[in-house]
Amino acid sequence: MSIGGSFYEEKNYSTCYMCACRCGIEVYKRNGKVVYIKGNEEHPLNRGVLCAKGSAGIMKEYSPARLRKPLLRVGPRGSGQFKEIEWEEALNIAVEWIDSARRKNPAKVAFFTGRDQMQAINGWFAQQIGTINWAAHGGFCSVNVAAAGLMSTGYSFWEFGDPDFENTRYLMMIGVAEDHASNPFKLGIQELKRKGGKLVFVNPVRWSYGAIADEWIPIKPGTDGAFVLSLAYVLFKYNLIDWEFLKERTNATWLVINKRGTSEDGLFYRDAEGNPLVYDKVSRSFKPAKLIVPEGLNPAFTGEFETPEGFKVRPAFDIFAERLIQDYEPTKVEKITGIPAKDIERIAKEIGTIAFFNPVELPLEWTDVWGRKHKTIRGRPVSFHIMRGVASHTNGFQTARAVFLLEMLLGCIDTPGGHLAKPPYPKHIEDFPKPIKIRSLKDLKYDKPLHGSLLGIPQNPDDLLVDKEGNPLRIDKAYSWEFPIAVHGCIHNVIPCAYKKDPYPIEVLIIYMANMAWNSSQDIPYIIKALTAKDSAGNYLIPKIITVDAFYSEQVAYSDLVLPDATYLEQWFALSLLDRPPSVADGPVDALRQPVVEPPEGFDVKPWGDVMIELGTRLNLPGFIKEDGSRKYRDFKDFLVNWQPKPGVGVLAGWRGEKGDKHFIGEPNPDQLNMYVKNRGFFYYRLPEHMRYNRHINRDYLEWAKAVGFVKRTDPIIMNFYLESLQTFRLAGLGLWKGENQPPEDPLIRDRLVKYMDPLPFWYPPFEEDISGDQYPFYAFTVRPQWMYHSWDSQNAWLRQISTRNYLYMNPNTAEKLGIKHLDWVWVESRIGRIKCQVFLTQATEPSCVWTWNAIGKMSGTWGLEETAQESQLGFLLNHIIPYNFRTGSREFFYCDPVTGHFAWFDLKVKIYKAEDQKASAEPRYSVKPLPHIEKRRGKILRYKP
Amino acid sequence: MAQYALVIDLNVCVGCHACAVNCKEWNTQGQFGPLSDYDPYGETPSGVWYNRVFTFEVGEFPNVEIFHIPKSCLHCQEAPCVPVCPTGASYKREEDGIVLVNYNDCIGCKLCSWNCPYGCREFDEIEKVMKKCTLCIDRIYDESLPPSQRKPACVLTCPAKARFFGDIEDPQSEAYKAIKERGGYVLFPSTGAVPSNHYLPRTEKELDLSDLEERILKPDSQLFLEVWKRIKTSKEDY
Repeated sequence: MSIGGSFYEEKNYSTCYMCACRCGIEVYKRNGKVVYIKGNEEHPLNRGVLCAKGSAGIMKEYSPARLRKPLLRVGPRGSGQFKEIEWEEALNIAVEWIDSARRKNPAKVAFFTGRDQMQAINGWFAQQIGTINWAAHGGFCSVNVAAAGLMSTGYSFWEFGDPDFENTRYLMMIGVAEDHASNPFKLGIQELKRKGGKLVFVNPVRWSYGAIADEWIPIKPGTDGAFVLSLAYVLFKYNLIDWEFLKERTNATWLVINKRGTSEDGLFYRDAEGNPLVYDKVSRSFKPAKLIVPEGLNPAFTGEFETPEGFKVRPAFDIFAERLIQDYEPTKVEKITGIPAKDIERIAKEIGTIAFFNPVELPLEWTDVWGRKHKTIRGRPVSFHIMRGVASHTNGFQTARAVFLLEMLLGCIDTPGGHLAKPPYPKHIEDFPKPIKIRSLKDLKYDKPLHGSLLGIPQNPDDLLVDKEGNPLRIDKAYSWEFPIAVHGCIHNVIPCAYKKDPYPIEVLIIYMANMAWNSSQDIPYIIKALTAKDSAGNYLIPKIITVDAFYSEQVAYSDLVLPDATYLEQWFALSLLDRPPSVADGPVDALRQPVVEPPEGFDVKPWGDVMIELGTRLNLPGFIKEDGSRKYRDFKDFLVNWQPKPGVGVLAGWRGEKGDKHFIGEPNPDQLNMYVKNRGFFYYRLPEHMRYNRHINRDYLEWAKAVGFVKRTDPIIMNFYLESLQTFRLAGLGLWKGENQPPEDPLIRDRLVKYMDPLPFWYPPFEEDISGDQYPFYAFTVRPQWMYHSWDSQNAWLRQISTRNYLYMNPNTAEKLGIKHLDWVWVESRIGRIKCQVFLTQATEPSCVWTWNAIGKMSGTWGLEETAQESQLGFLLNHIIPYNFRTGSREFFYCDPVTGHFAWFDLKVKIYKAEDQKASAEPRYSVKPLPHIEKRRGKILRYKP
Repeated sequence: MAQYALVIDLNVCVGCHACAVNCKEWNTQGQFGPLSDYDPYGETPSGVWYNRVFTFEVGEFPNVEIFHIPKSCLHCQEAPCVPVCPTGASYKREEDGIVLVNYNDCIGCKLCSWNCPYGCREFDEIEKVMKKCTLCIDRIYDESLPPSQRKPACVLTCPAKARFFGDIEDPQSEAYKAIKERGGYVLFPSTGAVPSNHYLPRTEKELDLSDLEERILKPDSQLFLEVWKRIKTSKEDY
């Protein structure tokens, strides 16, 4: 037998899309087919490794669930009755529907996208349509953490920042199972552990990274904020605080006005020029905060001072210190979190000692924005990483804020060993865009594209998207008084809102890469009712639904027109610095995705990018048409090269300029994509070492970042220890805001603003504690399996063998008290309904909660699976019993974080009891007819070998 | 004589199944593939996997640990699967110790799998032959690949860098060093099969603060005491 020899004929570099990680891949082909996908060794993000999902990418090509041609619904919604139509007809229908809705009002077109990696481009498409109703999936993902990070530090976690794995000695992960950064994180954690660092895993479930954690803190769900603030208490008590960092880099010493009942209360005390002031202990006078470093001020952290105008002011830190001492002493927090006070104290001391007695000192000369030259860069080798377990509660924003304040106290923000930003971040917090401003839907015009960001960060109530009466203007109620800082929009509210015509009816709902009829919505029985409800004339209440997807999902089954997408191995695409790029902390990265195979024979599918260009052109949207009326872009590939949102700035930053000799800024280069192909699919600018840290105040970095368009100015990026902008909403709640937008008179809305829009973090119980009370004693939530996370969009033949179905995981002590045994079938009941599922006992679960895998349960008939598939027969979806709303008095609220509108699905509370009927069958059951070609394509044996 | 093997570091393995799926991907197209799947979209999907990850829970809440143990053919030095093979299809290579199956000679009698104490053989129901991990013999000797890539697919893909490959008889090899330095061990040595694949134990980092607590760590922050006293003397809420 001869062994070895080249196994491939062709090798291409591209970017994976089996999840949100954006790893570089090498795709090998033989006989015209993909034979093997490997991690790209040169790629700075994944450095050659590839996870289970990426390795299973081939099976996506052969999934029987693949859509073959555009589909037009012929039976009732949800019946699965479609006819295949030609693209010409499909595009004509889409154009007619969108155009007719736009003529009435562009807001009647709503466009929402799921785990899409071209948000900048999709948002621009919505602007061209002229609708304000666009957002991606951040509203139910982790916007609480994203918003808290961006508003506090100018960056956040995941694509925004990572621990400095090279130098960190202590990493605390809070509420993280699997993450966007799938491969880089595993690479990082092994590096941390091999270098003798400590990994602490704060999570009700010991799973995923928790398996190799040096310590597991089994916290009660929804109490992380109290835990983090208690760590801050101990650090303060033992003086384990980086006072210099707080003084120079944050607004902790800025003075806050104490004038209750006035419109200035809680805002910063400013001089006549508007400069915030501090109290300088040396000169015993009020001085502009911007002089702290230049004049070597010694600003007070505590105390109360009387101003010449005759009122009192206090440093922001003082207010926070008082709060810590009053509410977050470890013995108090033990009762909330279930974590023994002695452990809270010990962990805080461990963090503090690593930060302050084992600092990292890198021998790198650098200059700060004030012109001071430094011989070394000092770092606090402590880092944090947080995600959905923090984000998906009704206290998620303030909990995430607490984590960012903890980082500030320790001085571990963008310093060696700490939490590093990934360029183009950090950015000046005040320079983040605000949502586009309109006062009425009448401001939207048929032929007027919108100039301005559809999403952004409101700085005060006048930035909200509400009308004169205070009613929401967006269909998802983002940027309304109900959740003012809805930074990523609220995709989860769209179907309920469109169904109830609240705030107004829409005509066309376009969904791209999101499964809103199933695992990306909550209260599925209600969602299905909303999607199928008709008026008395027999018309659907949500009139037209267009879905863009490559596979036969539940969402597809409930659509009217389906535009079949190509897979990630079949299309041109870019992972852009304008979006969330695959950057690393050492420098910006962007990347190309290129077609390496054609769709299978007989599959008439088109990448969404090409379809978007075609729709935009046929709709005569200004961005798609030249002045002479001819089409501007041939296809999406052409668009990727030639589209410029600003002169010189395009989708891809590498090899710009006519000759391809300019990076970041330069004219379009007709040969740019070939240059990416030649350069193994990505562009990476590795920053000089002295520009890799302290970037908020690193002069050389900021000057470079300004030159390449990442920031607008070179002033220091001062971090928001105190979030003054939230106070403006609080003032509005108190009737003290002087601007044009005023909240409704309803005390439920106003009290909510006063309570939750707190400029300093605090912990409060998840709302469900009050609503469900003791009747539903257990928290229930989902965890993402590492081999499926973000990859459940084809029910991959290999991955489904790893987890074909899910169970309800439960602590054995909890089960014993309930009279439940291993593998019993139980009812899990919330205040809105119940599901039947099977129990699996595990010691690795905090006793006050139960959990299951996310998105494994499927609707029978979808995803190319047989009707007997375990996913639909034994697997289940927790989403069925997660409430999408709650009522207080006469008012209905979406079940969202009151600051950001983040869907709080981890708040779910349930009771659990043994099912009378132990028949192995999950409930409720939904089914849809599979497409005929899918049934034919499904084989009983799979032996893939090109 | 050389003995190639895998050394798997349980201190960093997070149980992500990357090794198992990339193995399946490589080998299904490779010279010892395909790795058949049965009922791939039906009720009980299953298939041939050369490498599988097993998960165990040890201890009681809250002192519980999760171990993920990836397991593939251990390429035993006294491989029990070899002498029982009636046709000689199951054999151990002299030059590198890799245990292989010659599909042409395999009659699918399954005696080898019955005799493997570790359950590491995978019967292909379609071809009716026994299959198993080859240590990616079709990669490691492929001279058209750059030397850095002449390693088993599972080793190259592992995001936690938990897998080492090499000659465990060669003191210069990464695998040999890992076993010696980290106290590598084999699964169930009492089988007498002398497995070649090794596992590295888990270690937990504990910090000892007692010295610092004695000398430096004191609850004496001046600002803390200032605010604390103020609160104790005044009930007034800000």
